[in-house]
Amino acid sequence: MTDLDTFRAETRAWLDANCPPEMRQPMLTDDDPCWGGRNWRFQSEGQRLWLERMGAKGWTAPTWPSAYGGGGLDHEQAEILREEMERIGARSPLNSFGVWMLGPALLRYGTEEQKQAYLPPIVRGEIRWCQGYSEPGAGSDLASLGTKAEDKGDHWLVNGQKVWTSYADKADWIFCLVRTDTDAPKHLGISFVLFDMTTPGVSTRPIPLISGKSPFCETFFDDVVVPKSHLVGELNRGWDVAKHLLTHERDMIGGRVVNASEPLGVIAARTLDLDADPLLRARLAQFDLDAIAFRALVERAGDTTAAGTAHPASSSVLKYYGAEFNKRKFELIMATGGFEALEWEGERSHDGRTARDWLRTKANSIEGGTDEVQLNIIAKRLLNLPGA
Amino acid sequence: MPLILNDEQAQLADMARAFLAERSPIALLRKLRDERDPDGFSRDLWAGFAEMGLTGILVSEDHGGLGLGAVEAGVVMEAIGTTLANVPFLSTSILGARALALGSAEQQAAWLPRIAAGEVITALAVDEGAKHRPAAIALTATRSGNGFRLDGTKAMVLDGHVADLLIVAATTGLFLVDPKTRGVTVERTLMVDGKNAARITFDAVEIDADAVLGELDAGPGALEAVLDLGRAAVAAELTGVGAEAFGRTVAYLKERRQFGKLIGEFQALQHRAAILHTELEVAKAVTLKALQAIDAGAPDAALIASAAKAKAGQAAQLAVQEGVQMHGGVGMTDAFDIGFFMKRARVAEELFGDGAFHADRVARASGY
Repeated sequence: MTDLDTFRAETRAWLDANCPPEMRQPMLTDDDPCWGGRNWRFQSEGQRLWLERMGAKGWTAPTWPSAYGGGGLDHEQAEILREEMERIGARSPLNSFGVWMLGPALLRYGTEEQKQAYLPPIVRGEIRWCQGYSEPGAGSDLASLGTKAEDKGDHWLVNGQKVWTSYADKADWIFCLVRTDTDAPKHLGISFVLFDMTTPGVSTRPIPLISGKSPFCETFFDDVVVPKSHLVGELNRGWDVAKHLLTHERDMIGGRVVNASEPLGVIAARTLDLDADPLLRARLAQFDLDAIAFRALVERAGDTTAAGTAHPASSSVLKYYGAEFNKRKFELIMATGGFEALEWEGERSHDGRTARDWLRTKANSIEGGTDEVQLNIIAKRLLNLPGA
Repeated sequence: MPLILNDEQAQLADMARAFLAERSPIALLRKLRDERDPDGFSRDLWAGFAEMGLTGILVSEDHGGLGLGAVEAGVVMEAIGTTLANVPFLSTSILGARALALGSAEQQAAWLPRIAAGEVITALAVDEGAKHRPAAIALTATRSGNGFRLDGTKAMVLDGHVADLLIVAATTGLFLVDPKTRGVTVERTLMVDGKNAARITFDAVEIDADAVLGELDAGPGALEAVLDLGRAAVAAELTGVGAEAFGRTVAYLKERRQFGKLIGEFQALQHRAAILHTELEVAKAVTLKALQAIDAGAPDAALIASAAKAKAGQAAQLAVQEGVQMHGGVGMTDAFDIGFFMKRARVAEELFGDGAFHADRVARASGY
């Protein structure tokens, strides 16, 4: 038995013993995932236990160093953990921008004190983070952001507005891009700071979206005092941190649409006579074929990253392809559902879950950098096209 | 297993590419075409394959081969796609070697060492109509005397005009046929890509009982396994065709000037090039996945081979079409090489099933 076989056997046994039965049920609504944080209300005792147990093992962040509370697993072990969780249908114990985005940036750019202070509570799901990037005047052109942090000697004074801040109204802390030099070229006057959302002067307002839900907020900063020690990376070099973090955000958005769910055609065939609708059957078949190929792309991206041979801009390939893939998937789910997928309220439709999820996917090719921005990055950094 | 080439496989890829770039530039394909070479390929180049052992890449070491797997064969196919090398590698070293490995000890001993040595060329005769339809094979093998009588017609038999051995798919199984047998008529068909194929007619062809390859009446499984390897191998070739056509096109975008700018500065072209890059990356990933799955004997190998063939075909089609379009007028000239890639991509798309065939196959395998 190889070391990996042993690890798989031990992991399987641990998961069997520790994953509560209700955490092995598929997630049906937006209320099902656990986001953790100071104000989180656990949906069930099982959800609380699952987060507590996985957090204690560091398996909410499997590849982070154990010195910071992470699982300390290598890529192959993490893959085994993923497979074993998938095997029993285990839910992810924690959805977390801290795990997906901030953590990798802190591991690279944070001081030892910052890593010790911020990473363990992320792993345990104790602090929920949000991302302060976009502004009303700085979307695709993110580096033109204007939220200002003035140097007041022993602290920064932050003033300005962010927008599309996911779950800002529910978050405990924010990682935020601020302008610390208004005279420098736009990329060279930005810094990356962290602060508590309960700091006086911070306020949020949810934005109702076409899905009828409000996962995004406007976030306002009015004379917010931020300690100097909350700067991550060098002063005015926050753009480097931001870019590094964005590659992780893109991997997340691109990669999360891959799961081992049933082929769409199989789901459709339960309610529809596909032989009577050969064009829909053809679209489903092409999609299910593309899903096999996309899973291979995601797997290869992970293996290339683990081998240290990935180009930093390759996350844009995953982000672009994954966003378009997910949008196409939901167009097909709507086509398969027909009239039934159009219901907006009521128990039968889980309050219009299909329609709302479909509308939500339209943001996939906007958030984390639009399709067009990803294509610009691929053209410039992977293909080295001129003037891009 | 990580979805990347290991060190030995990466070295093989470098070696194959370097060898083919030197010995088989596109000028060689052009010369074979223009001179209407009777063989349609360079026996000298094929001897070079044999010297490096590549002819026996899938043949076991017992029979004098390298004993490597589908991934390594795919690596060579990708290099062949990059240079459009015209060699009987697919027909003989991949399809022939894998099909004959199904045979008796005598059949293996008779043919596999000679394949490894580069002494014989084999051709797999499956298709009959205008499209790849292995489920609709009509060629019959009826019992006759101590053996069988073959009747039927085969089309798109790769390297059929120079083959020393035909591996013929009949309704009941596979048969080994010497092309010089009475009743076998071989018509070389010159194809759009300048590569080699034949139509072969079997008119009351009498063969011995020991010509059966594998088991009779055992269903399509054995043939399908050979075809799936062929599908993944052609997918690998298509990733090479697509990548090379794309590389040439991107280079052109960086040198061609119009409106006082390099045309690669125009965002309309940049975004199309970037989309094409992502499609080629997807094709590369799923193709390697299919080759690895075949080597591992994975239960879903057939499904992934279908996905690979379809995606590599789509990506290569897009690469050659954008390639000609972005080259503008020169892309339409015979003097310029990009057209050769378009022609090869078109032929390879049809081999062993086009995109629609494989989407249908995925749907059926999934149960709808």
